[in-house]
Amino acid sequence: MTTFLGLPGGLPHADRHTGQVEGSLRFPDAARTALADGQLRTNIGAATRTIRTKRAAVVAEVPDWEELREAGRAIKTDTMARLPELLLQLEENVTARGGVVHWARDATQANAIVAGLVRAVGATEVVKVKSMVTQEIGLNEALAERGITAWETDLAELIVQLGHDKPSHILVPAIHRNRAQIREIFLREMPGVDSGLTDEPRDLAMAARRYLRAKFLTAQVAVSGANFAVADTGTLTVVESEGNGRMCLTLPQTLITVMGIEKVVPTFSDLEVFLQLLPRSSTGERMNPYTSMWTGVTPGDGPQDVHLVLLDNGRTATLADQVGRAALHCIRCSACLNVCPVYERTGGHAYGSVYPGPIGAVLSPQLTGITGGDDPNDSLPYASSLCGACFDACPVKIDIPNLLVNLRAQHTEAHADTHRIPSAEQIAMAATAWAMSSPSRWARAQATTRAGRLLGRRRQVIRALPAPLSAWTAARDLPRPPTETFRQWWAARDAGEHR
Amino acid sequence: MSGLTSMTGAARAEILARTRAALTRAQPPGPVVRDYRTTGDLQLGSPELVALLTDRLVDYRAHVHPVGTEQISAAIAGIAAAHAGGAARFVVASDFATAWRQGWGAVEDHGLSPRELDETDGAVTTCRVAIADTGTLVLDAGPGQGRRAITLVPDLHICLVRHDQIVQTVPEALRRLDAGRPITFISGPSATSDIELARVEGVHGPRILHVLLISPP
Repeated sequence: MTTFLGLPGGLPHADRHTGQVEGSLRFPDAARTALADGQLRTNIGAATRTIRTKRAAVVAEVPDWEELREAGRAIKTDTMARLPELLLQLEENVTARGGVVHWARDATQANAIVAGLVRAVGATEVVKVKSMVTQEIGLNEALAERGITAWETDLAELIVQLGHDKPSHILVPAIHRNRAQIREIFLREMPGVDSGLTDEPRDLAMAARRYLRAKFLTAQVAVSGANFAVADTGTLTVVESEGNGRMCLTLPQTLITVMGIEKVVPTFSDLEVFLQLLPRSSTGERMNPYTSMWTGVTPGDGPQDVHLVLLDNGRTATLADQVGRAALHCIRCSACLNVCPVYERTGGHAYGSVYPGPIGAVLSPQLTGITGGDDPNDSLPYASSLCGACFDACPVKIDIPNLLVNLRAQHTEAHADTHRIPSAEQIAMAATAWAMSSPSRWARAQATTRAGRLLGRRRQVIRALPAPLSAWTAARDLPRPPTETFRQWWAARDAGEHR
Repeated sequence: MSGLTSMTGAARAEILARTRAALTRAQPPGPVVRDYRTTGDLQLGSPELVALLTDRLVDYRAHVHPVGTEQISAAIAGIAAAHAGGAARFVVASDFATAWRQGWGAVEDHGLSPRELDETDGAVTTCRVAIADTGTLVLDAGPGQGRRAITLVPDLHICLVRHDQIVQTVPEALRRLDAGRPITFISGPSATSDIELARVEGVHGPRILHVLLISPP
C-alpha cells in the first residue's frame, strides 16, 4: 500500500514539539553537559550498579528464565501481528463491563480527551499514577493550560514535579537527586511541611505520605497508565511499589487510563509470563509490592466512571517497519538502561525524550520519524557502542543493537535523499569501495596509512585527526597504524624472513 | 461530549486503518512456545511449600504467624493488643467469619468513606491464593476480603492464608483467578527506593503486614 488516507508519505509520526518525545539538543551535545556533572555520574553509577546486582541475583533463581523470555518475545510478536483485532476485542470487553474507550491519533487529541473528561465531572485537580505515556504526551502541561492541576503521586515523580525538573530514569526518575537536595525541594515547595524535616529517606518518604494522603482521600479523578491490557477479558493492569497506584485506582470516582496501543496482550494467561519477567528485570525483586487489575466497573468497589484512552502517536508508523516494530514489544522495565555503558555515564536527560537509554534510542526516533537531518532524535541511534548488553538483559529479547543499526542505515539513506552534497562518511565509504575493489589499489592505499604513524607518537593512540576526519575522532581515539600491513608481513613471511 | 465522541470515533477508524496498513507486508508470526514452568516442584499443602512462602514473606519484612484454625481470634487479638494499646479497631468485610472476631474490636465495612477508613487501625481479610515463589498474597474481593479500599487506607493489614491456598508459581495462581474480579497482588508492605535507593517500607499502603498461615485441623 503506497498511499494511505491521502498520506503518501506513509503513516504519521508523533509531533516532535508536543509533549516530551524529543529533546532540544543532539545526544553528543546533551551528553557533554551530563558528563561534566560529577554528582549526576556518581548517583547514576551507584544506582545502575545496585539494580544490576539485585536483578542478576533474582534472575539467577528462576530456572526457566530463558523459556519465559522466549514466551514473552513470541507473545509480543504475535500481538503486533494481530493488533487491529486485539484492540477491537479489548474495546468490546472494556465496554461490556461498563468502561468507555476513546481513541487518540496523537498527543494533542489524547490531552483534549482527558481534559474533556475531567471537566465533565467538574474537577479542577487530578491525582496521577506514574506513567511514561502521559509524560510522552505532556499531559500535565496540557491540563495546566486548561486550569486543571495534575498531582504526581509516585515519590520520585513528586520530587521531580516539586523540583520543576525532568525524570532521568524510567524506574527511579529522581535518581539524579541526593537526599539533601530532596529535603531542600520539600522544604521549599511542599505546603505545610514540618520545618524540622531531616534528610533521612524515611523522614522524607513520610513527609510525602502525609502530604499526598490528604489528596488521595478527597480526589475525584485519577489518571493512570497501564502496564498491560488484556484483550480477551478487558482487564487493565498497573504494577507499582508504593501504593500510590492503588490509591489512585481505588479511591476516586473517575479513573482515566491512557495507554499506547502496543500495551495490549492477547489473553489473561499471558500475564503469567509478564508478571514474572517485569518485576525481576525492573526493580530486581521477586515481585513488586502491589499489582492491581481491574476490568471496567465493579459495582461498589473502586471507580464507577472508568475510561480508557488508546493512543497512537507514532506507534502505527513504528509498526510499519518490519525490523523497528520490535521496539513496541518493550514492557518498560529499564533493565537495558542499567546495563548500558553509555547510559551509565550520561544518565537519562541526555536522551531528551521521556524514553531514555538503549530502548529510548530505538523508540523515540521511530515515534517522531527519522529525517536524515540534525534533529535530536536522529542522533540517538548513534548513542551506543553496539556492545549488546541491552539485548542480553531485555526480558522480551528485543534485539536493540540490530534496531540501532537499522535506524543508522535509515538515517544515512534519508540524509542522502535530502542532501545533494554527500556526507564525509559517504565519500570515505565510496573511496574505500573503490580502493578495495582492486588488489593493487588496496595495497597502495594501505601503504599510505603508514603516514598516520606521524601522529600519536607519544601516547600510541591518535586523539584528533585533521578535518573532515576530526568528526570521527571527536568522540573516539584511533590506534596508531602499525609499522607494516598484514599483506606486507605475509609477503615477507613467504620470502622466508619470518618462521 | 457528543463532539468528543465523534472526534474519537473518526480517530478509531483511522488508527485501525493505520494498523492494518502497517501490517500489510507482515509475515505471520510463528506459534507462541510456552516451555516455562506452569507448576512448581513442591506438593500443594506440603510443609516445604509453607516454609518457602514463610521465607519469602519474612524477606519482605512481613510478620508471619503460623496458627491453627482455633487460634485465629487469639492471634488477631494479640496483634491488636500490641498495636494500639488494646484499643485497636480493625475493619472487616461484612461476610468475615464471626467465629474469628472474638477478643478484638471488629468494625464491619458497610461503605465506610476513605476518611472513616483512615481513622481505623487496620484491616483483617482472607485472600484468594498465595504464591510461595514470590511471597505474594492475591486478593480478589471474594468471601471474607471486602472491597479493595479496606486493605489500602488503614495502616495495618492482617491477611489470613490457609495452607491449601498456597501455590508455588505465578502461573498456578493466575489459573485460579477470575479476570473479571478486581484483583490485587500484595508482596510485602508498600515500599519505595526512590531516595538514593534506600528502601523505606510503608509509603501509601499499609506500613505493617501480618500474615496468619492457617494449618488444617
